[in-house]
Amino acid sequence: MKPPSETAADDTAVENPVVGIDQSKGDFKYDVKYDFDAGTGLNENTVRYISSVKKEADWLLEFRLNALKKFHSMPMPTHWATKDLENINFDKIRYYLAQGQKPKRTWEEVPDDIKQTFERLGIPEQERKFLAGVEAQFDSEAAYSNIKEIVAKQGVIFVNSTEGLREHPELFKKFFGKVIPTGDNKFAALNSAVFSGGSFIYVPKGVKVAQPLQAYFRINAENFGQFERTLIIADEGAEVVYMEGCTAPKFSTATLHSAVVELVALKGAKIQYITVQNWANNVFNLVTKRGVAHEDAEIKWIDCNIGSRLTMKYPGVVLKGERARGEVISIALANDGQHQDTGAKMIHAANNTTSNIVAKSISVGQGRSTYRGIVHIPKSLKGCKNNTECDALLINTNSRTDTYPAIAIRGDRNATQHEASVSKVSEDMIFYMQQRGLTEGQAMSLAVNGFINDLARQFPMEYSVELKRLIDLEMEGSVG
Amino acid sequence: MPTLDIQNLQVAIGDKPIVKGLSLTIRSGEVHAIMGPNGTGKSTLAKAIAGHPDYTITGGDVLLDGKSILEMEADERARSGLFLAFQYPSEIPGVTIANFLRAALQARLGEGEEIDATAYYKRLYGKMDMLTIDRKFTSRAVNEGFSGGEKKRCEILQMAMLEPKFALMDETDSGLDIDALRIVSEGVNALRGPGLGVLLITHYQRLLNYIVPDFVHVMYDGRIVKSGDKSLALELEAKGYDWVKKAV
Repeated sequence: MKPPSETAADDTAVENPVVGIDQSKGDFKYDVKYDFDAGTGLNENTVRYISSVKKEADWLLEFRLNALKKFHSMPMPTHWATKDLENINFDKIRYYLAQGQKPKRTWEEVPDDIKQTFERLGIPEQERKFLAGVEAQFDSEAAYSNIKEIVAKQGVIFVNSTEGLREHPELFKKFFGKVIPTGDNKFAALNSAVFSGGSFIYVPKGVKVAQPLQAYFRINAENFGQFERTLIIADEGAEVVYMEGCTAPKFSTATLHSAVVELVALKGAKIQYITVQNWANNVFNLVTKRGVAHEDAEIKWIDCNIGSRLTMKYPGVVLKGERARGEVISIALANDGQHQDTGAKMIHAANNTTSNIVAKSISVGQGRSTYRGIVHIPKSLKGCKNNTECDALLINTNSRTDTYPAIAIRGDRNATQHEASVSKVSEDMIFYMQQRGLTEGQAMSLAVNGFINDLARQFPMEYSVELKRLIDLEMEGSVG
Repeated sequence: MPTLDIQNLQVAIGDKPIVKGLSLTIRSGEVHAIMGPNGTGKSTLAKAIAGHPDYTITGGDVLLDGKSILEMEADERARSGLFLAFQYPSEIPGVTIANFLRAALQARLGEGEEIDATAYYKRLYGKMDMLTIDRKFTSRAVNEGFSGGEKKRCEILQMAMLEPKFALMDETDSGLDIDALRIVSEGVNALRGPGLGVLLITHYQRLLNYIVPDFVHVMYDGRIVKSGDKSLALELEAKGYDWVKKAV
């Protein structure tokens, strides 16, 4: 076994202006040798290269090439979104880096240079403790993917998208790109052109997966773009909880993460999708997430965004069948130099559907949080309900928060309620806590944890502990 | 013996001097009461000693066990054994009293040390029983939506758990109702002992009917103008603060 060589992610990187901030446990990098590299920049050859190393069917290559055209033809959405998007240089990004296309089924088989990263992040340990299955993606491909035998025996499929396309083409094709069409937005088109990795999950009728399935997305390479594609199908009456974690080391150059996640909850099914993202603050995180909930089905997004340079993410639910329920629970923390532009979309398309949005954002120092939401209930429907709550917490005077809720409720047979609040951590509150012996950083951290406490309780225990730890790390360094 | 030694202390808010040379020595086990008219600097004294950033020390010193605390941050002073019972305690939304106290105690431990949860709750419940506080109380968020009496109860419970060497009790508010008065006095009397020194700040003599002080000081215009035993409080009650003003 060759000894691991560890290098600092980037010595020349501009230090985070927040004094003493801990970029947390994700900020490290081991040298890795890639056998497959699509090179730098994006053109038709890049797409062909990716498709060929994956040995894809012709229809998929066509799908990708079509998406690439759409990507090139669509403008950047800077008429409503931040101009910072213009700083993404698509010609300097590497679109595909992998050691191989087939993930290992045991950690023993995972090459040491990749395995040590996941061991350091604690993934194998978590898997043993409380997960039904794990997929660990390293740059473009999953290095490891496994599902507990007892779950597999129930007919549950949990593989990466490459395998899913190869081994379950009919099922995959039936739902793929149907929830989020290629031209949904520029970054969905980009993902559709170059996607690699991500999870494919199918839970058969009536099967309730007792433990969560987890994916871990790790960006290791500099100037790299990660474009995973996830498709989760819960058949009638099925239930599944999926969790994803994300980290990357801190580089001086921008890294791009642009995923597409599609969920399909058939009649009476329940899908809960939990994200705890902790990207380094050079990552553009531009993700499209949407689910379709059929009759009596339920889709719940629990979305927690810490880190990244710019996150734009608005998980949505299309409430397609009667009595379908959609929920978005969102927590965003924007520290100095970060912009968390997050929110939710609820599209009511059947009678008696209900949706709930609770979004809490924390802006620290010069960090900026934006909430954008759409709730759409057409006039033809009746008995639909929506509840929207947006709460913002500001820490230090330069913090900024914006709220852009768009609630279009037509007709008089539907109901909505909307509440928004902005609060500040006051000097008196901090002094009060300091007087009890907490340092200023600990006091801030406790105030923030208190602010999101009612949401954090909805996380599985292991994740709420992780969330608290991440907030502690962010807040410890946020005081001058 | 632990001593809190206030030496010729001068405190300003902005450019405005509030405390103008105040000296007082409190030894462990003693209860000192400071009385005085509104706006005379009583609350400022307490907050300045505790290290509130809005107050500037312009002269003098405060020594805890012979060591100046003025260079310390508020949290370091707290961990050294100083407790301020606030007149208007802050709300901390979403943080339960139990979790808050646990964090405060955790902050007193060295790196790598972790509070034993079982022992912590045993101790917490023990203190609550002693102060006849309902068990459900600590699962509420700190001061959030509390009545005046509940806020006092919360302060006293924190004091009992943190076991300070010296407690500064800012009870200046004339609005203390009978319930709050009873809670504060019963709490202080329960915690009173050789290991605790108390500086009790109050506007009215009423509180001193319940907590019998060892010493009474009258504060006027940023200074202590008269000191004595508990009879001074009664004299003050009878004659009113004008009597002190005239004496100055």
